[in-house]
Amino acid sequence: MAEAASKQRKRPALRFLSPNEWRGLALISPALGYAVLMLAAPLLLVFLLSMWTQNYLDLDTTLTFANYREAITDPLYRLLMIRSIIISGIVTVVTVILAYPVAYFVAFYGGPRKSMWLLLITIPFWTSYLIRIFLWKVILGYNGVVNSSLLGLGLIEEPLTIILYNANAVVITLAHAWAPFAILPIYVALSRIDTSLLEAARDLGDGPVRRFFRVTLPLSMSGVVAATLIVFIPTVGDYVTPRLLGGTNGLMIANMIQIQFGKANNAPLGSALAVSAMVIVASISIAYVLLNRRFLKSRG
Amino acid sequence: MKSASPSLLTYAVIYLIFLYAPILLLPIFAFNDSAIIALPLSGFTFDWFYLLWETEALHQALYNSLTIAIITAVISTILGIFAARASARYDFPAKRGIVGFIMVPLVLPEIIVGVALLVVLVQLGLALSSWTVIIGHVLICTPFSIAILASAFRNLDISLEEASLDLGESQVGTFFRVILPLVTPGIISSLLIAFTISLDEFIIAFFLTGTDVTLPVYIWGQLRFPARLPSVMALGFLMVILSLMLLLTAEYFRRRANRLSGAADTDKGLF
Repeated sequence: MAEAASKQRKRPALRFLSPNEWRGLALISPALGYAVLMLAAPLLLVFLLSMWTQNYLDLDTTLTFANYREAITDPLYRLLMIRSIIISGIVTVVTVILAYPVAYFVAFYGGPRKSMWLLLITIPFWTSYLIRIFLWKVILGYNGVVNSSLLGLGLIEEPLTIILYNANAVVITLAHAWAPFAILPIYVALSRIDTSLLEAARDLGDGPVRRFFRVTLPLSMSGVVAATLIVFIPTVGDYVTPRLLGGTNGLMIANMIQIQFGKANNAPLGSALAVSAMVIVASISIAYVLLNRRFLKSRG
Repeated sequence: MKSASPSLLTYAVIYLIFLYAPILLLPIFAFNDSAIIALPLSGFTFDWFYLLWETEALHQALYNSLTIAIITAVISTILGIFAARASARYDFPAKRGIVGFIMVPLVLPEIIVGVALLVVLVQLGLALSSWTVIIGHVLICTPFSIAILASAFRNLDISLEEASLDLGESQVGTFFRVILPLVTPGIISSLLIAFTISLDEFIIAFFLTGTDVTLPVYIWGQLRFPARLPSVMALGFLMVILSLMLLLTAEYFRRRANRLSGAADTDKGLF
């Protein structure tokens, strides 16, 4: 994403297209048309629907912001929204911090085995998502693997209850589920670093710690930013993990959106919740990218 | 470079154990002779696999999922071929914006895609079916296809294309007779990845599936019944084996793609 900005070029506002430009546009148009028809148009309709009102079986199509007022002021929706952001935030920080050393290891010390390491990291994630999430319930449960092992070792007297049906369980499970999405972008950024820069820092007297914070980390920030966004944005909308492991105190906004479209039969309110969630997530992401850019610039 | 510090290597290994912890449990409970998914283990059994063999609803769900996954893989790979060729070879106005927009489903929460398509279908009064699931799956698979194929197209040696044009072949002829054969491994890899993603996708299918449920939607239904869980473990075990084989095949073709196009193995992993 950071790279996108740096590569932008200025073009004249108006000019005739060359044959190659026409070819490019023609080739990309099926995928573009599909995305416009099946993504942009539906999202616009969701936005429109969010300003309508559900009257039992009928839709009142008078435009109103009442659903948004409800989405923002109702304590339950507000709680779920804030909790989703906080849980996702924690998941993102945990996932990226845990992933960074692994990406660092593969990029700088992977040697000829780099592909093997990357394959090993991705393999677990091509197994059924649902079953993987469910298995965390088996691991963290009352009679689960963690509790049985700790009891067997005599480390605890009673099974731990703080690791299932709450936000902790959701954080652990999501940090696992999104691991490769954090490792891969950081790995790509690290492996692009020109190692002569690191040697220069060492020759100029920087110790390993200083070198890491002054050279390696800033140069790999593009990967960290990408990893953060790739993990943060989708996890805010995760449905399965909070439902299976969250209990009542770990439910998140996606669960409420699904309820509004399903049992509660209030699609307009569900749409308003979905749009609010998207706007909040997008604002946080943009703010994060801008702050990060300013931070890197201020360091020269 | 130098060999890694022991602590970094240890950390990487521990991290791998964390990554593999859940799926290592699958075979344990798939063959465990107890209806309860918990420790301690009791005996060894193949019963759960027989149970799978006898469950009609599961076979129907598997059939639906395979059909959806195959059609999704074909459509998103076709869209991906053209879009990836455009992004790898040509420059055109608003290129970054257009490609960025097509890639948006990569970071969009899947529930948003599901909700948005559901709203359209309900407003248009269309019935939910396997086709509506396919529409959603193509949307999220196309960006993956483009990412895979764009790297295949970028690695192509442009002189091969120029030679074909110089020898009198048309643009279209060159595309089909020279370029496509060279990126065939990339195409196969894209088909396999899109197939795997579609086969495993739950939330969009959950919103858009009609009476013909997909395999993940079926599994979701089973998770509520404790008695069904051991056979879900057995099913999960079989699916791990299947996706492992698919993944290794995709990886094999991706590497062949890189070799075929004359590029050094750029070591970019799956993406």
